[in-house]
Amino acid sequence: MTVGLSHYLTLAAILFTLGIFGIFLNRKNVIVILMSIELMLLAVNINLVAFSAFHADLVGQIFAMIVLTVAAAEAAIGLAIVIVYFRNRGTIDVAEIDLLKG
Amino acid sequence: MLSALFFYLFATICVGAAFMVIAAKNPVHAVLFLILAFFNAAGLFVLLGAEFLAMILVVVYVGAVLVLFLFVVMMLDVDFAVLKAGFLKYLPVGATVGLLLLAELIFVVGAWLTAPEIAAQAPTPPPSDISNTEAIGLILYTRYVYLFEAAGLILLVAMIGAIVLTLHHKRDVRRQSVVAQVSRTREESVELVEVETGRGLQ
Repeated sequence: MTVGLSHYLTLAAILFTLGIFGIFLNRKNVIVILMSIELMLLAVNINLVAFSAFHADLVGQIFAMIVLTVAAAEAAIGLAIVIVYFRNRGTIDVAEIDLLKG
Repeated sequence: MLSALFFYLFATICVGAAFMVIAAKNPVHAVLFLILAFFNAAGLFVLLGAEFLAMILVVVYVGAVLVLFLFVVMMLDVDFAVLKAGFLKYLPVGATVGLLLLAELIFVVGAWLTAPEIAAQAPTPPPSDISNTEAIGLILYTRYVYLFEAAGLILLVAMIGAIVLTLHHKRDVRRQSVVAQVSRTREESVELVEVETGRGLQ
């Protein structure tokens, strides 16, 4: 039983699905939504690194580093927005984010 | 054989922890489970031979980003039980969408084949005589240096954005105004008064 590329791709698919499932399940808590997005980005990274390893091509790992950078920036900005919103409204319920009356 | 054992160990814990991230009642537990999932993903990266990314994942991602999550969760005084309400209401639609997507992804993985000529023409095969970190450094700072600098720019913009968003001045705090101090003139700050002897200043 050798572990092949499809094993890693299946694992990444399961992680990605759990991320989407988390967004549906925790529709009110914006912090858990951000964490679900982190899970999905982790699944993407696993895909990139698995392809990189099994096709003997280092570019996938470079891309994974760029994805990590973007994910870190996204988490920082997202959490900053959450803090500012909490300071203004006293809640982080997604359903009550309607200041713009859109 | 041993690597297969470790793959299944890491993969099982990773999926279990990821499930607990979205199912945990306490968001602090959710962040801790997310940290566990990332640690096991780092183990998978080591199995794949990407040691540098594994260490980046542990040191930078778990050490900085997820601790930032933990910090924010602990700082916000939110009643998370209220936010958890409606959890079961969204379960059917979420499960439907999730299972459909998972089935599609599994079908894609199952029906997917690599073109045999792809492996022969890999543009940057990792050299066998140097470590993974050295190989990444050799191409990251040469061929992908613009990508590297763009990543640095993204981090700079994110840093400035986060500071600008969260910096806030309290209104009732008196601050030093350097302009007002420097632009004072002698006329508006010193007054010479003739005082009569024995009368004092009225």
